[in-house]
Amino acid sequence: MVENRPWLDLLTHGVLILGAALFIFPIYIAFVASSHALPDILAAPMPVWPGGQLLENYGAALSQGASAVETPVWVMLFNSLVMALGVAFGKITISILAAFGVVYFRFRMRMIYFWLIFLTLMLPVEVRILPTYEVVADLGLLDTRAGLIFPLVASATATFLFRQFFMTVPPELCEAARLDGASPMRFFFDILLPLARPSMAALFVITFVFGWNQYLWPLLVTTQESQYTILIGINRMLSVGDEQAQWQIIMATSMLALIPPVVVVLIMQRQFVRGLTGSDK
Amino acid sequence: MAHASIFRNRWLPHVLILPQLVLTLAFFIWPAGQAFQQSLFVEDPFGLGAVFVGWDNFAILLEEESYLESVRVTLFFSVAVAVCSLGFGLLFAVFADRVLKGAAFYKTLIIWPYAVAPAVAGVLWLFLFNPTVGVVAHLLGEWGIEWNHTLNGNQALFLVVLAASWKQVSFNFLFFLAGLKAVPLSLVEAAAMDGAGPWRRFWTILFPLLSPVAFFLLVVNVVYAFFDTFGVIHQVTGGGPDGATNILVFKVFHDGFLGLDLGGSAAQSVVLMLIVTGLTIIQFRVIEHRVHY
Repeated sequence: MVENRPWLDLLTHGVLILGAALFIFPIYIAFVASSHALPDILAAPMPVWPGGQLLENYGAALSQGASAVETPVWVMLFNSLVMALGVAFGKITISILAAFGVVYFRFRMRMIYFWLIFLTLMLPVEVRILPTYEVVADLGLLDTRAGLIFPLVASATATFLFRQFFMTVPPELCEAARLDGASPMRFFFDILLPLARPSMAALFVITFVFGWNQYLWPLLVTTQESQYTILIGINRMLSVGDEQAQWQIIMATSMLALIPPVVVVLIMQRQFVRGLTGSDK
Repeated sequence: MAHASIFRNRWLPHVLILPQLVLTLAFFIWPAGQAFQQSLFVEDPFGLGAVFVGWDNFAILLEEESYLESVRVTLFFSVAVAVCSLGFGLLFAVFADRVLKGAAFYKTLIIWPYAVAPAVAGVLWLFLFNPTVGVVAHLLGEWGIEWNHTLNGNQALFLVVLAASWKQVSFNFLFFLAGLKAVPLSLVEAAAMDGAGPWRRFWTILFPLLSPVAFFLLVVNVVYAFFDTFGVIHQVTGGGPDGATNILVFKVFHDGFLGLDLGGSAAQSVVLMLIVTGLTIIQFRVIEHRVHY
């Protein structure tokens, strides 16, 4: 801080506290709603303090689901977890290999490969949704984990980041490895991979959150209730037509759905920030 | 692009790249080609036949009132989301940058919504503004504002902008904070000694230095508003009421999967791909500029 201005300090903390409150407020209300019985929530105004139904509601959600979705929430949480981990590990694995190939070898087709892959750099699945769906259907992958995960794995962002990272690795390391007679794969596993660990951790956080938060694609690919991811489950719980939505269960499920990605981001905050902004501060 | 040190091997590089190449061809290049092809045909919804119609699908699209309305809604929605999330992201970053004590605490409180799925953010705000049970809707009612976003298009649009921006602020906050930390303290101190107050220092020093970051974020936010907000729209309004929140991505899904208008949906996909490509090119230019700094 450059100079002393008490009123500005006050304003600073005021704005930040207000901002933090704005982010906490919806979560707090959702938490309160998830701890009451349905009639309490429906009686406007809703109570502002947590009620006594907390364990019952979460227990009911986890073991039975809601009236509109009979699948227990833990099954859908598991589906989401499989998808998020699949997307994260899949992306990191295939893109670190491809980046290694592009950076450390000279071969014909190199530039063709390079452009084929990087063409897709920012092409989200949403814009080619119908034809991608048709391809997956033709391959017989609807309602399978492979069909859910693969189309989300092949984007070039991770490859691009690894490529950038490999370019900063001193060439002397590679020279030394070659003089010692190490094979390319040995160099990759013994030297490059340990060096790339921080980048991999950062990418893991980002791709895990990306995978967990996918919505449109699972909406199309999963048709059986037992295959729903948690976000699709929430949507189905809301679509009750004229019946009363079971808000206490929906809010409990929403809380459960946001915990895993938030925990991953908070625990790995440093890696996450570095992965996004390229700086540690 | 060239690395100083390379290995010699005939087949290994191909094997290394193969997995990514196969997935890219199968799930990116091939479907994108399909979209282009389909956009030139009128297809029977049951796949029984297709007639080549050239650019007709695009021509129809540009004359269709509901498509033009969707373009207008998308533009308004994206600009609103970008302005709100950039504005608040910058505001919190500037203040968080001032704080010496408790900076990490505030940072943690502000960055976590990044991890919340757009679809979940949608449900949370939907619950708050639900006309029958919502706390905020109830409060607004007591102040004399009749809240019902299922009937009022403007209220519906406001609600999806709120839900979509709420979650994006933390992302912008991180980038702005990193940008502010990168400004040399000596620059700010020199200006302070010359008598420039905090307000003046922000506009003459910090803001210009942040502008490359801001431009990069603008592109990212527009991409986010265009594509990642599908979950918000689908959960909160379903494109309604009467198309008031029917953004382009939602319309592709709606016309293709519910309306079974394959040619029209494919033409919409192609338009969206062109938009993404344009934004990508802009972004690359900006990133290159930043590297030259």
